[in-house]
Amino acid sequence: MTALLRLDVEGLGAIRGTTRLFSGVDFHVQAGQLLLVRGPNGAGKTTLLRILAGLSAALDGAVAWCGERMRPLDARLRAVVSFAGHAPAVKDELTAEENLHALLTLMGEPAGDALLRDGLAAAGLAAQRTLPARVLSQGQRRRIGLARLAATARPLWILDEPATALDDAGLAWLAELVERHLRAGGIVVAASHQPLAVAPARTATLALG
Amino acid sequence: MIPDAAAPPFPAPAASGAGAGFAWALRRDLRIGVRTKGELGVQVLFYVLVATLFPLATAPERTLLAALGPGVLWVAALLASLLSLPRLFASDFADGTLEQLALSPYPLAALISGKITAHWVTTGLPVALLAPLLGLQYALDDPARYTLAAALLLGTPVLSLLGAVGAALTLGLRGGGGSLLALLVLPLYVPVLIFGAGAVEAVRGGLSAAPHLSLLAACLLVAAVGAPFGAAAAVRIALE
Repeated sequence: MTALLRLDVEGLGAIRGTTRLFSGVDFHVQAGQLLLVRGPNGAGKTTLLRILAGLSAALDGAVAWCGERMRPLDARLRAVVSFAGHAPAVKDELTAEENLHALLTLMGEPAGDALLRDGLAAAGLAAQRTLPARVLSQGQRRRIGLARLAATARPLWILDEPATALDDAGLAWLAELVERHLRAGGIVVAASHQPLAVAPARTATLALG
Repeated sequence: MIPDAAAPPFPAPAASGAGAGFAWALRRDLRIGVRTKGELGVQVLFYVLVATLFPLATAPERTLLAALGPGVLWVAALLASLLSLPRLFASDFADGTLEQLALSPYPLAALISGKITAHWVTTGLPVALLAPLLGLQYALDDPARYTLAAALLLGTPVLSLLGAVGAALTLGLRGGGGSLLALLVLPLYVPVLIFGAGAVEAVRGGLSAAPHLSLLAACLLVAAVGAPFGAAAAVRIALE
């Protein structure tokens, strides 16, 4: 019996230094839903996402995955979450293919040759497959990070400004990835200043600040 | 209820062992090390130069040099290790890799053990292997030079292990925290320095090096068990 996927947040509060970023944040996201976190710079979007991913501890409140309360870096949470932070975790010294391979195997996911080739081709990096990431542009590095998301089977995606540095084709691909993930019953929580072209019926918005 | 969510196509995550995490980090960091040969070469060259400056600066007397040699070579090894420590976590911290390590299903301490081992292979191991050669400059006889290499083989992993805790603690400090790292880590290196140089002294005095080497091995075992957990805790704090 598979539990219905859901992410529940109640009374979440966080501080940065001595200033309170937000408090009493409540929301519930169900399988197949995108939660778009919006707010001005410094409203605490990144902090909120890091708390959801389990990287930071909240000052108060609780995060629950499928009805079970999660502590920071909870093993159960680490097994379901795919987090894409500000920095795409791409190593300059490794090639695009090696980067994707390293990111996937680090998550305990399969990373066969065909999967890597197809993943990079879908990311529009077929020609850059064996180039060191040092010579890739910011947008191309982002695409490696997105290729990782696409190739993993994690139900909960947490995306911090995923649209940064992406061109129009990249944005369309990102929207398609998110849409596909939602259709498969996954959950996406994203902070983005740019709108994501995802069906409004699946999208909820949380305003911070 | 959303109907297509009843049976989500998300398989259970793959099994995750400490050994696989260790191997992942070791392989990746060694590969990066091979790609940045220049940086590693600089560290080894630094060690060779520091060890070479002393005989040039002191009186060329065989007895004096032989008495100085083990201590100087050990201090040069400490400095070479210290020089490369900030690199251990700083680039992973800056490019977001450290977040992914912390979120990985593999135990963070196992991943960090792999990183520390890669650090030792690329910095400590060359230092230990070069020591018998550099010992020639100090008129050390064969038994003393091989004891020095053995002591460095046991001692340099301890430097990498203890240094990793310091490097993780100083993550995120302005300016990389290099000087603070030195202040933090060098005092911890004192036992290794004493036992390591002591082993060579014992051999030169006609005694057995076994007690000193045993103590170094004990240091290594304690550090190998404890340091990765300490470094993992410090990395988690840095990521908060």
